[in-house]
Amino acid sequence: MTCTEFLALLDELIDGTVGAETRKQLEEHLGGCAHCTVTLNTTRKTIEVYRSNELYELPKSVRDRLHQAILARCKNGC
Amino acid sequence: MATIQVTGESEQHPDVALVASAVAGDVQAFEKLIRKYDRQIFRIAQHITQNREDAEDVVQDAFLKAYEKLSQFQGNSKFYTWLVRIAVNESLMRLRKRRTGKMVSIDEDIETDEGSVPRDLADWSPNPEQNYTQTELAKILRKTIQGLPQGFRVVFVLRDVDGLSTEETAEMLGLSVPAVKSRLLRARLQLRERLSRYFRSKKAGEK
Ligand SMILES: [Zn+2]
Repeated sequence: MTCTEFLALLDELIDGTVGAETRKQLEEHLGGCAHCTVTLNTTRKTIEVYRSNELYELPKSVRDRLHQAILARCKNGC
Repeated sequence: MATIQVTGESEQHPDVALVASAVAGDVQAFEKLIRKYDRQIFRIAQHITQNREDAEDVVQDAFLKAYEKLSQFQGNSKFYTWLVRIAVNESLMRLRKRRTGKMVSIDEDIETDEGSVPRDLADWSPNPEQNYTQTELAKILRKTIQGLPQGFRVVFVLRDVDGLSTEETAEMLGLSVPAVKSRLLRARLQLRERLSRYFRSKKAGEK
């Protein structure tokens, strides 16, 4: 397996949707390729860091204001 | 028309009952749906419009539109999927208003060197967070994702931040499943590459 072939399956590896046979091939490639190992690790970390940090907080005051505005109009039948 | 039928389906999504109550006139049930999803809708709207005021308006308009059309909602798709679809359309409309005359769609500006093998080898993966305050990190992450083409950004947010499936994301954006897959891979790799510029140099203690 080449690095390009590995990369084409990167998402499926990360998402855990590869079959057992393919997984074995991917793992074999990883065993001998530091480059793809780094790519896999840092891509996983990229996803994790975005998942665990809220970039756009919605403050309570704004939420309350929005809820009131929405509900006021819903009660009037929009 | 909104009567809940007890069918053989043992596991009904909790939103189905809330939607049914809301259709029957129970505004509190709708409020529960707002509380449940407003933050996600705001986040998606922010990522598309890149404008706080617009994103707040989108939250409001998307829920109002959903309420208005609630009786048309088909119970066979998820309420949240349906809601996001409305919010994405509202967001694109706002964007269009700001860039008057310029057509905006989720399909725009996609061109990259597809499938190129990343070149750098620095592994910053274990703990890049520890070098930054929460505020600094959030700033870096915002700046980095804002640099992606919009069509990549939205796919990444729905799939990886919101945790939706490829199929759901495709449905929400009106894209094919292969298009979602290819965008997701490129979004992940581009983000990784851009984050490397920060995290790598910081780790080495240089620059
Ligand atoms: Zn490799």
